[in-house]
Amino acid sequence: MNMQLSRRQLLKLTGAGAAGSALGAFGFGGAEEAMAQAVRPFKLARATETRNTCPYCSVSCGMILYSLGDRSKNARSEIFHVEGDPDNPVNRGTLCPKGAGVLDFIRAKTRVKHPMYRAPGTAAFKQVSWDWAMDRIATLMKEDRDRNFIAANKDGVTVNRWTTTGFLAGCATSNEAGWLTWKVTRGLGLIQVDNQARI
Amino acid sequence: MATLQSLDLQRRSATSGTPPAARKTLEVAKLIDVSKCIGCKACQVACMEWNDLREEVGEVTGVYDNPHDLSPATWTLMRFTEWDNPDTGNLEWLIRKDGCMHCSDPGCLKACPAPGAIVQYSNGIVDFVSENCIGCGYCVKGCPFNIPRISKADNKAYKCTLCSDRVAVGQAPACVKACPTQALVFGSKEDMIAHGEERVADLKSRGYDKAGVYDPAGVGGTHVMYVLHHADKPPIYAGLPLAPKISPLVEMWKGLTKNVGLLGIGFAAVFGFMHYVVNGPNRVSDEDEQAAAKLKGDGT
Repeated sequence: MNMQLSRRQLLKLTGAGAAGSALGAFGFGGAEEAMAQAVRPFKLARATETRNTCPYCSVSCGMILYSLGDRSKNARSEIFHVEGDPDNPVNRGTLCPKGAGVLDFIRAKTRVKHPMYRAPGTAAFKQVSWDWAMDRIATLMKEDRDRNFIAANKDGVTVNRWTTTGFLAGCATSNEAGWLTWKVTRGLGLIQVDNQARI
Repeated sequence: MATLQSLDLQRRSATSGTPPAARKTLEVAKLIDVSKCIGCKACQVACMEWNDLREEVGEVTGVYDNPHDLSPATWTLMRFTEWDNPDTGNLEWLIRKDGCMHCSDPGCLKACPAPGAIVQYSNGIVDFVSENCIGCGYCVKGCPFNIPRISKADNKAYKCTLCSDRVAVGQAPACVKACPTQALVFGSKEDMIAHGEERVADLKSRGYDKAGVYDPAGVGGTHVMYVLHHADKPPIYAGLPLAPKISPLVEMWKGLTKNVGLLGIGFAAVFGFMHYVVNGPNRVSDEDEQAAAKLKGDGT
């Protein structure tokens, strides 16, 4: 800004400024405006709440995922906040630092979102469909089980063991999912079962 | 400017006149029980998540404090201290959650020259209203606990809000909700004091005979209180002040000096006006005009 000011104008302007701020300091003006103040709006007011289980450890804390929108057709959901589920008896609303920061895990650029497959002898993973992955796993399991299943031990006692394949299951499982894990694996005769949640 | 008031104001920086006081909302407080804290930092993470803050990834310097200090993006911080207890010979690992104490008599608010940049709600929360902040840093000097931090991005001061947005709708602060050991609890100030006394009695029964609640009277009490096992020595907890007070410089500057200064300004204004009424405007004498013409050198 380039202003041409005479000495007199400069004195007038600075005098007016000083008088203005002095009036402010004396407490004139702004009293009504002063009272109109609000805290940051509560950001979860109309968010969609979805219950889930924390993906990290075997404690399996209950979480509530808060997402944008009301699930209407044109509103794409996006999780923007996560906190503990107060109704879950495991954690009663609390979370550990990993659970409390799970939002950055959900939205991590490096997160694996699809089944990935690395063929024997190759170095790189490639994305495959769930159907393809499930089919391949089932086929390989069946082949291995047909080859190595032990129906009876050397004394002729029925044992129904399948010792050449192991099964790893995740932690974010409810009682029902844990029951299913048990039924499927033991039903197939699997011995080596590890599951982060204690099934 | 928002026109709705979601929390009632009790005090407002650099503003004379008090807000309407007919309504009195429930006075709230957060109690931090350092004897129950395991230093997991869930509170820190929950704070950043709720307030949409992300601290830059820093460097490890061999201590557990991470980040290393409060910042515009870190409003609460676990401070770890290794302390040799001379009485027992034991090494004690003291962990204190640092952050705004929400003083009843807030030094930041007193020091702040920007109208409405710092407010105190009638529930006790002291909040920074960033749009009114001028970034002068007086709040940093005014704070007895060294809490506010000025952002290099927008030159405004930031600190813990005690999740005023959550409390306004009847929720507990994010840090309190996350805490897995109930070292953090939130409720009415009265209940928190009672709960603190219970914890102190428990600690005393376990041999911590100096245990106590930290609710310093020098700042009128706080709305974030500690249960300390060594309440006679707050400074061992990463420099928690023994008897925090607002700096006498702030008290003097905002008390006596301000009033004397305002009196001076008022007197000068009245004197100037009276002088004008009595003597009229300053007139330029003929000699002055001639001298000026000579200086200008055009001979007219």
